[in-house]
Amino acid sequence: MIPLLRKDILILRRSRLTVALLVLYPVAIALLIGLALSRGPAKPRVAVVNETTPGARVEVGGRSVDVSEYASRLFDQVEAVPTATRAQAVAKIQSGDVLAAVVIPHDIAARLSSDVSQAHLEVLYNGNALEQSLVQSSLNSALAQANLGFSEQIQRAAAQAIGLLLKGGNLGVLGAPSNLVGLGEIPSLLRRVIARQPPGHDREALERTLAFATFAAENLTLSKTVLQTISQPIAVHTKLLHGRRTPLDTFAVVVAVAISEMFIGLLLAAGAVALEREEHVLGRLLRGAGSATLRARGVLVSRNALLAEKSLLAAACAFVVAFAMLAGIGAFVSLDWSRVPLWLAALALSALAFGALGVSIGALAREVRAASLLAFLLSLPLAFLALVPSGSVGHGLYDAISAVSFVFPFKASLEALDAAVNQSSPGLPISLVHLAALVALFAALARVGLRRLD
Amino acid sequence: MRSALRSIISRDASPVSAALSVSNLAMRYGEREALSEVSFDAAAGELVAVVGPNGAGKTTLLSILAGIQRPSAGSVSRDPREVGWVPQQPALYSKLSVAENLALFARLEHVTDPARAVERMLEQTGLRERASEQLSRLSGGNRQRVNVAIGLLSRPPVLALDEPSTALDPGQRERLWSFIRGLAAEGTCVVFSTHDVHEVQRYAARALVLADGRLLFDGTPAGFLAEAGRDIDGDFEDAFVSFLRARGER
Repeated sequence: MIPLLRKDILILRRSRLTVALLVLYPVAIALLIGLALSRGPAKPRVAVVNETTPGARVEVGGRSVDVSEYASRLFDQVEAVPTATRAQAVAKIQSGDVLAAVVIPHDIAARLSSDVSQAHLEVLYNGNALEQSLVQSSLNSALAQANLGFSEQIQRAAAQAIGLLLKGGNLGVLGAPSNLVGLGEIPSLLRRVIARQPPGHDREALERTLAFATFAAENLTLSKTVLQTISQPIAVHTKLLHGRRTPLDTFAVVVAVAISEMFIGLLLAAGAVALEREEHVLGRLLRGAGSATLRARGVLVSRNALLAEKSLLAAACAFVVAFAMLAGIGAFVSLDWSRVPLWLAALALSALAFGALGVSIGALAREVRAASLLAFLLSLPLAFLALVPSGSVGHGLYDAISAVSFVFPFKASLEALDAAVNQSSPGLPISLVHLAALVALFAALARVGLRRLD
Repeated sequence: MRSALRSIISRDASPVSAALSVSNLAMRYGEREALSEVSFDAAAGELVAVVGPNGAGKTTLLSILAGIQRPSAGSVSRDPREVGWVPQQPALYSKLSVAENLALFARLEHVTDPARAVERMLEQTGLRERASEQLSRLSGGNRQRVNVAIGLLSRPPVLALDEPSTALDPGQRERLWSFIRGLAAEGTCVVFSTHDVHEVQRYAARALVLADGRLLFDGTPAGFLAEAGRDIDGDFEDAFVSFLRARGER
């Protein structure tokens, strides 16, 4: 095994361009994916045409809000591009300068202040379906927040009015009578009057009025509570059932490192085994491997020794690059360095699993290029499948994705690394056992593949 | 049918002491029989050609001798490690130099003194001056010489070569045969397969004619010409074709 290992290291040293590509490409891809995961989507550029009179104010629930100021708060989820006219906004959309335009009509302040007529915004779109979706979701979210803000103010005004009706006093409205009796006081006043009233037609009429006043006062009190509920019908309280919450940036680090390790381990192992076949050396190396006598004498290379050598070499390279990457990123992202031994365990077993899968791919391929292509075609979609969150697809499809991800080392590696770095669930021991089982499985498959000599 | 075929096998060149004995070899791939009851002996220093049409079983026979494949039945007197193996396509690492390739296989074959074995093979193949050159820069002929040299690293008593001169130009072929004949002259039993029947006539001491996995002839090239009804200076290729046709082969 040692002469083979020395030979492979010598070949790697003489294939500097291949090695550089093998390391740089996955690291670049991994960093890009990591960045994409850790950063939110960019704000879409949206032209904003404010046709209202400068300084126009909206009166809602007794509060006065400047329309321009409200618009700027409204569009903080997009990159607002102030535009003078609707025509200019359309031109900007057509030239691709902005993805959409929002026109705030001149009568919006009057409509909002009226409390009875609905205000309208005009939204103009262009671009492809993806861009439209991005702008639409951003604007819908912004408008939902604006509507919520207005409805809260309207709810507060309505609650204040109901309070006045119940308690009485001054309504603060021009022309309204002062020192009004509150609806809540009327039942007790009526009871006192009824007590002094002799039985008869008038007393019965007063008793019916008392029943109505009591009913009205009780239900208006309830209406205040109902109004509060309407302003925000669903309140969200989050609770993590198990494990530890992983911040998005440290999870992105784990994903980036796992992807790099996967590519290096897979491609190197697959390429190293396929090279033996491409150079027509496999038959020469393994001849007599089927003979128990020769194996006992240790004369020729056994299939196990050949596969172990390739897997270990690929795993060692993947491990070194992945650890260097993790340690390097650790300089910029807060990681718990006291857990380094756990990182090493997770990285080592992950690298071995990728190496084992790589040799099984290499054993099937006839040449290095075919092995590399096969490794790419297998690993990329399967790695992305492992990142599909539960609930984002149907039950049946998610079960199928989970089953596929279970027999491919990426998800297990990701979970092991996430557990080692972020203490997430499932725990590290479970992931390590999973990886060890995958190493055994792919080593067995590689042995079967190597039986097919040239 | 088989007994009839065996009756035409001539044993006019039985070696005095067998360096290699092959007995009743058979190889089946499912229903297909690639080799059927092939038996022969070869002496030390003998150059034995295995000749036959495509699919006759030549490579299967040699790969069994070399331990690449295990036969379905029958036996070979030598362990695979006692048989130097030279596959049809050079089985070498193109990123390594001539000397590095030789040294690697010398270590893998547990040769007692790898450095000395490398020196010996560089001397024997005449590649000393190109020892540090990477294989990828060598001509096809020189690569084949290294390919043969690797088969000889452990000084095996038997050397099995699968179509060694394929893809070589006439000059390279001539130099290769000169080298192989030198090995035979030093006592190595050489068994080679070929498509080129003229090589059998020019270099082989004995010819084994295979067709559809069956051994149709075992004897000297001159004996083969006689068997085919040609005189000793007759055209070997013509004799070979008419021999196969007469037996219902392609």
